[in-house]
Amino acid sequence: MKHIREKHSLAIRWFHWINFPVLAIMIWSGILIYWANDEYHITIAGNRFLVFFPEWFYKTFKISFRLAEGMSWHFMFMWLFAINGFLYVLYTIISGEWRLLVPGRRSFKEAWQVLLHDLHIRKTVPPQKKYNAAQRIAYTAIIVMGLGSLITGLAIHKPVQFNWLVYLCGGYSLARLEHFALTIGYVLFFLVHIIQVILAGWNNFRSVITGFEVVDSPGSSTGNPLTKIQTQKPSNEEGTNN
Amino acid sequence: MKKELTTEQKITRRTLISFSVFILAAILFVLGWKWLNNAPKEQPGATAGLRSPVRKVLDGNETLFRKVFSDKNLVKTYPKSAAARNVRVNGNVGLKQPVDTINWRLKVLKNNGDTLRITMADIRKLPKTELIFDFKCIEGWSQVTHWGGVKLIDFVSYYHLEKEAAMEYISLVTPDQQYYVGIDMASALHPQTLLCYEMNDKELPLNQGYPLRLIIPVKYGIKSLKRIGTLSFSKERPKDYWAERGYDYYSGL
Repeated sequence: MKHIREKHSLAIRWFHWINFPVLAIMIWSGILIYWANDEYHITIAGNRFLVFFPEWFYKTFKISFRLAEGMSWHFMFMWLFAINGFLYVLYTIISGEWRLLVPGRRSFKEAWQVLLHDLHIRKTVPPQKKYNAAQRIAYTAIIVMGLGSLITGLAIHKPVQFNWLVYLCGGYSLARLEHFALTIGYVLFFLVHIIQVILAGWNNFRSVITGFEVVDSPGSSTGNPLTKIQTQKPSNEEGTNN
Repeated sequence: MKKELTTEQKITRRTLISFSVFILAAILFVLGWKWLNNAPKEQPGATAGLRSPVRKVLDGNETLFRKVFSDKNLVKTYPKSAAARNVRVNGNVGLKQPVDTINWRLKVLKNNGDTLRITMADIRKLPKTELIFDFKCIEGWSQVTHWGGVKLIDFVSYYHLEKEAAMEYISLVTPDQQYYVGIDMASALHPQTLLCYEMNDKELPLNQGYPLRLIIPVKYGIKSLKRIGTLSFSKERPKDYWAERGYDYYSGL
């Protein structure tokens, strides 16, 4: 029998979907800024195999000569990015949801099992509450990364006022590199996230918009009656992925 | 009595409502973004080139920063050995005409209408301050460089410009008036702001603004005008080369 199970609170859904376009604008305007001094590349043993960014990239996305514009967007939307992130963290603390998000002692070992399971190497489903171990690590790491972006961003935006932050980041130019690396991290996160969401399917995707998932429970004779009644506390249940 | 909805009906109903709100919010966001990108351009003045609401946010940022930040923070300084030998040159606007070394004067416009015309020899008589700091370009690079000159605040007190310094802004313009900057007084009078005539213990090279340039470490390099022709004071924002081209007027670090 089908029934509704609450998964994501309204607040979480808003934070998630506000962050999406805001972060997109921050990344895009950040690239406009980065273009003016595009010095980063990955070189191993003399071979430059990744350049940030090649000329075709700038051309395709019309990046060149837009530093002033990029800065203006960046220093406008930084407020939304920071406030939304701050409220999200505050919410998870007050609601107690952080308990479902922050990795525990066993999470790192379990995350490995999740990876093996996702790659279809391991058959058994690793244990999980709302989120599995890999998700806990990923969704906590992304918040730490957000904080990192704020700290490194502040260090390069106001290095005289926040010279202690510059020091913390290992210097001005290192702070800029870290700020850039974190952004690349978001892009990688986004790619994995999208793939996982697609693999997890419609029910999971819908839940981040509607808040609920539809679960099938076995007939009443064999089913655990608890799982049917519990519609408010996803924390007590076996969840599905993502 | 209303009949209770079946689970199937509840699912459909909630999905419809949530997706409607979601799509509506997405449309509103796109409309808002489009509006912002097509909002009227700011009235060209001391600043120009941005959409009006965007400029308002930048100016609001400045107001906030100036309220909460201190003007007393000193920029980190370095030992002489850290200073670059090959100092990066970026931009030559305002430097295209030859310099008349013999007749060169720094013009200072006073409030009472007088103009001071000060020779380099007079400026060199004032106490010299050396500064080795990480010069930061708005493009995103920085370089530790070594400068020498007179603190602007020392210059102001030597020439009794207290009344002028009580105003809001200082303006610097190159002799050919091609490059110009406006700086808030607190930053201009910061103890590390120099009227600079030396680089690496030698006279400034032509491409670094010989004979006299500004070095203002609490701002991006765009404010460190090369080859000062005229210095003046004002209540309102003076014109500023890069702020007219869409950059933040404050550009404070």
